[in-house]
Amino acid sequence: MINLLLFPVIIPFFTAILLLFFKEQVRVQRVLTVIGLSAGIVSALALVSKVKQDGIQSLTLGSWPAPFGITMVSDMLSALLVTTTLIITLLIAIYSFSSIGVERERYFYYSAMLFMITGVNGAFTTGDIFNMFVFFEVLLIASYLLIVLGGEKRQLRESIKYILVNVISSAFFVITIAYLYSVVGTLNMADIGEKIASIGQPPILSVIGVLMMLVFGIKAGIFPLYFWMPGSYAAPPVPVLALFGALLTKVGVYAIMRIDTLFFVSDLAFTHTILLVLALLTIVAGCIGALAYFDLKQIIIYNILIAIGVILFGVAQMNEPGMQGAIFYLLHDMLIKGALFLLIGIIIFVTGTSNLREMGGLIKTHPTLGWMYLIAAFGLAGIPPLSGFAGKLLIIEGGFTQGHLFGTIIILASSLVVLLSVIRIFLYAFWGEPRPLKTTDRSVYRRMMVPAVLLVALSVVYGVGTEWIYPYVSDAARVLLDPDSYITAVLKE
Amino acid sequence: MELLMAIVAGLLFTAAIYLILSRSLIKVVLGTGLLSHGAHLFILTMGGLGGSAPPVLADGAGDFADPLPQALILTAIVISFGVTAFILVLAYRTYAVHETDDLSLMKGNDEHD
Repeated sequence: MINLLLFPVIIPFFTAILLLFFKEQVRVQRVLTVIGLSAGIVSALALVSKVKQDGIQSLTLGSWPAPFGITMVSDMLSALLVTTTLIITLLIAIYSFSSIGVERERYFYYSAMLFMITGVNGAFTTGDIFNMFVFFEVLLIASYLLIVLGGEKRQLRESIKYILVNVISSAFFVITIAYLYSVVGTLNMADIGEKIASIGQPPILSVIGVLMMLVFGIKAGIFPLYFWMPGSYAAPPVPVLALFGALLTKVGVYAIMRIDTLFFVSDLAFTHTILLVLALLTIVAGCIGALAYFDLKQIIIYNILIAIGVILFGVAQMNEPGMQGAIFYLLHDMLIKGALFLLIGIIIFVTGTSNLREMGGLIKTHPTLGWMYLIAAFGLAGIPPLSGFAGKLLIIEGGFTQGHLFGTIIILASSLVVLLSVIRIFLYAFWGEPRPLKTTDRSVYRRMMVPAVLLVALSVVYGVGTEWIYPYVSDAARVLLDPDSYITAVLKE
Repeated sequence: MELLMAIVAGLLFTAAIYLILSRSLIKVVLGTGLLSHGAHLFILTMGGLGGSAPPVLADGAGDFADPLPQALILTAIVISFGVTAFILVLAYRTYAVHETDDLSLMKGNDEHD
């Protein structure tokens, strides 16, 4: 029983409510956002050290005994994800100060952002499957506001698609929970895990497993379910795109990781083979998209797909290196995608277009931007000692240990495609003949660079400091691979 | 009784899918409404409809209804109410800006490929 694990969820929530009272005072909103998110980061860091020291923390609200009340559980994976989420959001909020525009700020941009973080952190922390649905809805409704805020023609068109896809996937989520409840008669995730283990996963549960993969796959954007993503993500302004790209898809990935290690572990040959195949197809689809477009946003958006495929491939191995690699890569990808989206946002701001063919020679006028972009691009491709390397190495080790040679080779080949697709941006935008730029405010450019550079620096530290981060990641992987420790921590308190 | 409810839920899903596959924006929105109704009915049915006593624990009460699906359905109804309200406003705005409610005219592709 500890309340600490609720703080990263409720601090953004109360800050968001507070912001609603300061609609016209944009400055106050900015200050409060930074204070709220910083307080959230402090509490999340405290939570990480607490979980490191004392193991899994759980809290059942209303002092009900564990399977009956709504349980919040913080193991190392969720603590790390919550911390990363808050850090990225703080930097994106600072980036928004100079790029999102006062009009959007007045119409509850920061409130929506913080409500979304409430939902994201709640979904990472909850230990109750229906409560997860509720937190998904919290983050989705806030994201509906973020994607449509501004009301441009294109935004409206893409929002409709985004919302329809998500409403349908939410209906499926409710149906899946209904099936699950009728079979196991409980909603507490630890309890469900225990019950499924005791009845040995009859075929109906495998069907439910596939349905859940469908629900979370729509959120995460895995292979046959990603078609809504490139269009919808490209519509809102860049800070919103960065938030969505860095955080929202990862909630889906987290949920798949959780259910495939806690619930559906008795019939690996069925559920995890499906996951494996879908992960590889996602990578292939992402690679094709990343090479096909000459549009900055589209190239990086398709790179999200590749990363999701790589992470889920690691999860599907169900062995220690694979799982550690998946967690390493998940955190890395949140940081580096945030950084890349912020950087291409600056490129778009400077050139006034997202079309690669209309750019060139930026390295002469904006050298810092160029070198930062190159570091981030190398980090994404996983060039040692940058942050993508350790995760991918472990995932590949996991793949070979499990004997999935063909899949592992696809992962390795995809790294080259990733490198090619992001270096193409560097070649077209920064090299070549300088194109005439529209005059932009140099001080705005510098203010936009600060959070982007910080995020790149953070990802470099994450890569170079692998040795210090490894114990945390290995703790997280151990809990995932040993569901009994999770179940015991929740139920036997 | 469960069978009857399952058939009703199935009919709702059928109508919802028919509406969602149509081109008119407003029909699609109505379809999502029916879809969530179907899902709500379904969650109630899957919890089992047995039990005649109210779900209040008292000594000796054996035949009480399962309260949990009722709590779930309530939460889900509130959420889908909010989302439907939002999506209706959004559909109107989209109609006003794009001057069409035909989804096939909203394909659009602003990307540079």
